[in-house]
Amino acid sequence: MPEIELYLLITLMIVGALVAVHTRYLISAVISLAVVGMALAVAFLYMQAPDIAITQIVVEVLALVILIIAVSIGKEVVDIKGKWETLTIGVTVLFVVIFAIFAYRALADLPPFGSPLMTVSQRYVEEGLKQTGSANLVTSILLDFRAYDTLGEATILFTAILGAFAVLRNIGRKAK
Amino acid sequence: MKNGMTLIVRVIARFVSPMIMVFGIYIILHGHLSPGGGFPGGVIIASAFVLLTLSFGKEIAYQKLKESTASVMESAGALIFLILATLGIVFGGWFFLNFLPKGEPFRLISAGFIPLCNIGIGLKVGGGIFAVFLTLILFRLLEKGEGD
Repeated sequence: MPEIELYLLITLMIVGALVAVHTRYLISAVISLAVVGMALAVAFLYMQAPDIAITQIVVEVLALVILIIAVSIGKEVVDIKGKWETLTIGVTVLFVVIFAIFAYRALADLPPFGSPLMTVSQRYVEEGLKQTGSANLVTSILLDFRAYDTLGEATILFTAILGAFAVLRNIGRKAK
Repeated sequence: MKNGMTLIVRVIARFVSPMIMVFGIYIILHGHLSPGGGFPGGVIIASAFVLLTLSFGKEIAYQKLKESTASVMESAGALIFLILATLGIVFGGWFFLNFLPKGEPFRLISAGFIPLCNIGIGLKVGGGIFAVFLTLILFRLLEKGEGD
């Protein structure tokens, strides 16, 4: 059973996401999204995962800066107006109910919060320091036991950056 | 954003950005001892350059670190990581064999090739993210008749 602080953080994240969807100005939406990311970082820290908390907060700050620049450059404001029709609400409720049923069935078999299964990870915890000599267990898993995953992650990042270069290039682009 | 921000922001950024950079290098080098590692350290170094870009304007930051240099940094980091992984085969073993001596735990030089991998990933992530940021800043839609 998770503690009350975690529920508060999750409530804050949901409220932030709802405000981001429903607010009128884009810059307010971006800042509400940052609230979600910051609360996620605090939640990681609360669940004793400082490695992920550091990564989350740093990436969140950088993404916030980039999004604010992108919002402040774009001048046109798109106003989305529409009415909630009966059919739309009906379809939405139907999908939410279906999703809840499947989520309940899928999550019923999970081990309870805070007590993982520890079949493979028990071996990592016991022999991580002995086999790799790395005092930080997360790094020893990332770069020794599961180094293939890190290689794949690096490849994904490389490809994404290459794609950004190709889309955003200034040389060789035809004038509109 | 052409000429950067006010004098107050510039002075503070001049003080703070070297410290951010040193903190990023610390996070990378101590990745096998304390929380952190190559990825967050690289992003912290990139964010120091982003702070310079935002406060001093894009021209001055472009003189400090060019887009092509950042791109070379990224590719070099990826190559370091791959070469270290392949050296495991050369030294009689398998891909990603930790071929260096493990050393004494809780020391800065320990854990075999894990610190070197962290340095490679840090170079790759820092260079790559700052290069993408510069590309986004410098991108502009060409008017008709310009360029091509």
